[in-house]
Amino acid sequence: MRVSPVRVLRAAGMAYVEVLQNIPLLVWLVIAVFGLPEIGVIAGLFTTSVVVIALYQGAYMAEAVRSGINAVPAGQGEAARALGLSFVQSLRLVVLPQALRTVVQPLGNIAIMTLMNTALAAAVGVVELTAAANRVNLAEAQPIWIFVTAGLAYMALSGVLGLASGALERKWAILR
Amino acid sequence: MIEVRSLHKRFGDHTALKDVDLDVARGEVVVVIGPSGSGKSTLCRCLNRLETPDSGVIRFDGADLPAEGRALARLRADVGMVFQSFNLFQHKTVLENLTLAPTRVRGTSRAEAERNARELLDRVGIGEQADKLPAQLSGGQQQRAAIARALAMRPKAMLFDEPTSALDPEMVGEVLDVMTGLARDGMTMVVVTHEMGFARQVADRVVFMADGEVVETGEPSAFFDSPPRTGPGTSWPRSSATSGTAVILRRAGHGAPPEKG
Ligand SMILES: Nc1ncnc2c1ncn2[C@@H]1O[C@H](COP(=O)(O)OP(=O)(O)OP(=O)(O)O)[C@@H](O)[C@H]1O
Ligand SMILES: [Mg+2]
Repeated sequence: MRVSPVRVLRAAGMAYVEVLQNIPLLVWLVIAVFGLPEIGVIAGLFTTSVVVIALYQGAYMAEAVRSGINAVPAGQGEAARALGLSFVQSLRLVVLPQALRTVVQPLGNIAIMTLMNTALAAAVGVVELTAAANRVNLAEAQPIWIFVTAGLAYMALSGVLGLASGALERKWAILR
Repeated sequence: MIEVRSLHKRFGDHTALKDVDLDVARGEVVVVIGPSGSGKSTLCRCLNRLETPDSGVIRFDGADLPAEGRALARLRADVGMVFQSFNLFQHKTVLENLTLAPTRVRGTSRAEAERNARELLDRVGIGEQADKLPAQLSGGQQQRAAIARALAMRPKAMLFDEPTSALDPEMVGEVLDVMTGLARDGMTMVVVTHEMGFARQVADRVVFMADGEVVETGEPSAFFDSPPRTGPGTSWPRSSATSGTAVILRRAGHGAPPEKG
């Protein structure tokens, strides 16, 4: 939206990114989990956390995509429009495919960051990996091994994401 | 076919075009020359509204240029444009570069678009490059592919903005040859170029711009071989009674071809 020629859309996109990125995720989670019920929005803890994390990470993704779009030379879109493609068609068929290819790596990193940030949901009471480890710990009283195992699980998951984005990047590499 | 009347365009407080008039008849080849910053690109880009004019009239085929939306897209489909920097779609093969717009804009079937595309690539002499990516081609091949891409829409007119300026000298010829062939086939063309040889041999009319204005227009022979008329009605920038056209062109950086060591 921040590359949109329509000013209102551009402003909305900017507000979204600025507001979300300038407040830490944990604060957002606390605000959402304890604040939303106050104003009458009742949703499950899990749902609330998922939505908040998605919106938060979405802001980072939006920024990454925007940097990708800005990295595509202006001549690409101009050439597309000069051929009679509409603004939307040139964005969809020419500019975005090139933009996304240049941001596979940053998007992959953001995906990994999202994964890590799910740990924060424990702070507001959602039983995710870290919280689960904590519970097992309380029962078993072997903190080191249990948290090391949890850490390995995080590594395995982010490793998969990292490999996937690396593979995508190689597949889509564009010559310039 | 193309009519321009009192076209104005400003960028901030800089006036890029002032009061430009231009007529291009069907089948005519008009070459636009002039010093850097004189507004040649801006004029060219206004003709298909990649740049929005501030005032003035542009008519194409008798109809006013649409301001936006579908009508504008339709007009652009009928006017091919070739850029100095080629602007081939980097993520698509040469063949896909040629078929994208015909299939998406004209609704041509893929098979027919491909057949037509291969024909055009053969015509510009790069038929065997069809399945390569643009970055795998030389500059001259890329520009010929870009010309073919524009032709794939079967345009009624073609705009060229310094199509050979980004090329190594040894590749200029192959692109000019394609353009000359196009002109001989009767294509209506507006060509911004520094290639005086092309202007002299191929142009029906040469337009000389300076500081955003058309300061002279005439047949290439008159333009290159005789001194400029002086007197009321013609205002040569920095001209004196003794300076010929060639002198002005040379001062403007259009003299002999660049010396390469
Ligand atoms: N997008 C823009 N924003 C601001 N100024 C611009 C823009 N495009 C062109 N100009 C200015 O308008 C004037 C005319 O530019 P234009 O590109 O049309 O010149 P030109 O004759 O094509 O020059 P060249 O031979 O260098 O290509 C220049 O002074 C240029 O700086
Ligand atoms: Mg120019």
